[in-house]
Amino acid sequence: MMLSLKDKDRPVIRKLLAAGCCGRCILRFCCVGKYSSYQQSCEDIHKALLAFLSEDDGEQSHDASGEAEMGDPPCKKMKLDSPQPSSGENASAEGVSEPKAQSGVCVACVGVLQHFCDQSYAKQVSEVVRKGEYQFDSLMLAVSLPAQLSVREHSCWLHIKKEVKEKSMCLDKEDMVQVKDAFKWAVQGLVGKELGASVLTNSAFEVSVGFAHPETDGDCHFLATECPDCFKPTKNKASVFTRMAVVKALEKISDTKFLRHYPCPPVSPSSQCTPLETTCLRASVFIAGRYNKFSRELPQTPWVIDGERRMEGSVEELIANPLLSAFKADGFNFCSSGREDVDVRTLGNGRPFAIELLNPHRAKFNKAEMRQLQETINTSSDKIRVRDLQIVTREATSRMKVGEEEKTKSYSALIWTQKPITPADLDFLENIKELKIDQKTPLRVLHRRPLAIRQRLIHSMSTSYLDTHHFTLQLRTQAGTYIKEFVHGDFGRTKPNLGALMETEVDILELDVESVDVDWPPAVPE
Amino acid sequence: MAETHERSPSVIDRYYTRWYKTDMKGRSCEDHCILQHSNRICIITLAESHPILQQGRKIKSIDYRISDGCSRLNNKVSGKSKRGGQFLTEFAPLCRIMCTDDTEYTIFSCIRGRLLEVNEDILKRPDLLLEKPSTDGYIAVILPKLEESKTITKDLLTREQYEDVVSKRSTQPQESL
Ligand SMILES: [Zn+2]
Repeated sequence: MMLSLKDKDRPVIRKLLAAGCCGRCILRFCCVGKYSSYQQSCEDIHKALLAFLSEDDGEQSHDASGEAEMGDPPCKKMKLDSPQPSSGENASAEGVSEPKAQSGVCVACVGVLQHFCDQSYAKQVSEVVRKGEYQFDSLMLAVSLPAQLSVREHSCWLHIKKEVKEKSMCLDKEDMVQVKDAFKWAVQGLVGKELGASVLTNSAFEVSVGFAHPETDGDCHFLATECPDCFKPTKNKASVFTRMAVVKALEKISDTKFLRHYPCPPVSPSSQCTPLETTCLRASVFIAGRYNKFSRELPQTPWVIDGERRMEGSVEELIANPLLSAFKADGFNFCSSGREDVDVRTLGNGRPFAIELLNPHRAKFNKAEMRQLQETINTSSDKIRVRDLQIVTREATSRMKVGEEEKTKSYSALIWTQKPITPADLDFLENIKELKIDQKTPLRVLHRRPLAIRQRLIHSMSTSYLDTHHFTLQLRTQAGTYIKEFVHGDFGRTKPNLGALMETEVDILELDVESVDVDWPPAVPE
Repeated sequence: MAETHERSPSVIDRYYTRWYKTDMKGRSCEDHCILQHSNRICIITLAESHPILQQGRKIKSIDYRISDGCSRLNNKVSGKSKRGGQFLTEFAPLCRIMCTDDTEYTIFSCIRGRLLEVNEDILKRPDLLLEKPSTDGYIAVILPKLEESKTITKDLLTREQYEDVVSKRSTQPQESL
């Protein structure tokens, strides 16, 4: 078997075997970077290690894997526990150290690399993934390990530091292969084969496995007294002993201090770790489009006051519900380029929106399927209509918000005037261009927004006379202008307002958004 | 041709509830009107029956400085939670209004809540108060505490009760001054 070990690894191997490390952990500490080495069974790796030790006659300097070993000077070599070179494959003849590694739980990985790298564990994980009924052709594996493995790793490292430095001064703790990586190298191919998917380092579909080992949770505790700075309580973490915090503390603590509080090598655990529940997460899918809203009794988002629903339905639900069921998603986030009030319609080309679908079990839809989905939304309600429905990237959705303030919006408003009017009374409005107005935060939203005065531009206005007290006002304004307040004045808090311009009391009876001039998302040809 | 057009409900009709405090602090006819928005914000205004709006009175001055140490003009609120706004009780004075006939009136908060803004426009154009007392001539904007938004109006009169009080006044001779 090819393990890619070098002669100078022997002292390290001997020490780790004696300490109670499993075969894969020994390969890790010997910096073996060859994936296939980890894919052998535990027993085979162990046997191969023993065989490798037995090959050593103390003089020859050759690579166990047959690869050439360059420029290693003959070593001073092992004063301690030199193995019997003649013992060969006979494991029991290997002396005090050997049985521990074979039968006990590994002191470094507490069993992660001993009992969870085989076909049966891969099958177990794959079974859970299959039950999730996700659509995927690749996956990435994420592993969460108990934080104390870092402490045990550190203790093992200190245990062999001298031998490693003799091998090469340049090698450091960071050069050792991580448990996480060794685990992935050993098992991810099996999971991939089982599921018929390629396993990548980056995929939209993530399968998370994890392990816990309550028996050794206490391993970390001494760090909190030695490096209190590293363990500040955080709101959403159950324990302060996060992996990050432990790693940070281990970087800070001196070797002497560490050795004073923690055994080196670590104590053998009496039980192996237990696997946590396997979970799957598909990266969000983003859907964009434009919507029209034809109802004056439909809020954009669910309208809830004091925990009670005030109105049936909402634009976002009418759009999102068919998407949720088609993509089999767990939830959604809706955002749009501005929003309209309950009693305002949005006509014309519609308002750009984007929906993030969370953990979609199905994510691939072609153009024809998207068109079909749009049709489903449009036939489900006559209060809204959607166009240009398409799958977009997360990055693209930010284009909807870019320059939103500068964008122009067009409105049409039905105006009532207290004073009787003639068509000629309206002419002057058409001559007003780029009118600057100062708007105090409208009273209707002041309870939830800061009080401020904002300057906005009314680019232009045009009118259609209806009768002595009514006309239609078309406005083109800067985005963010409160149209209703511009018309009635909001207790004189928007200045100037239409009433002041016309020198009479005016009111706004109906308002429609005619267009939102944001050129995203791109049009989808019918 | 007579104007037969009925106007539809106004902004105030649509979004606000009118509440009244009559004879504020026992001062005859000094009626206040409180417009409460459905979002709980309150606008303090003069009721149409307030003496300032009677007998063609003119306003000489309006003063939001209610004592040496306290001026409502210094009120500043910041952020969504309106930090820093003066907290007012029912009988907190908002401003004093002096008329050209040398009568002087104090306008009160009428409700408990945080002062959000006062109307500085009426300082420059006191006539706004006479011309549009219930809109552009408002006195102040107050935000009641969320938990008190239902109870702050319990000592106030509804529009109906107010009209009743005012009509009773006109049927019985006013106490002469
Ligand atoms: Zn191990």
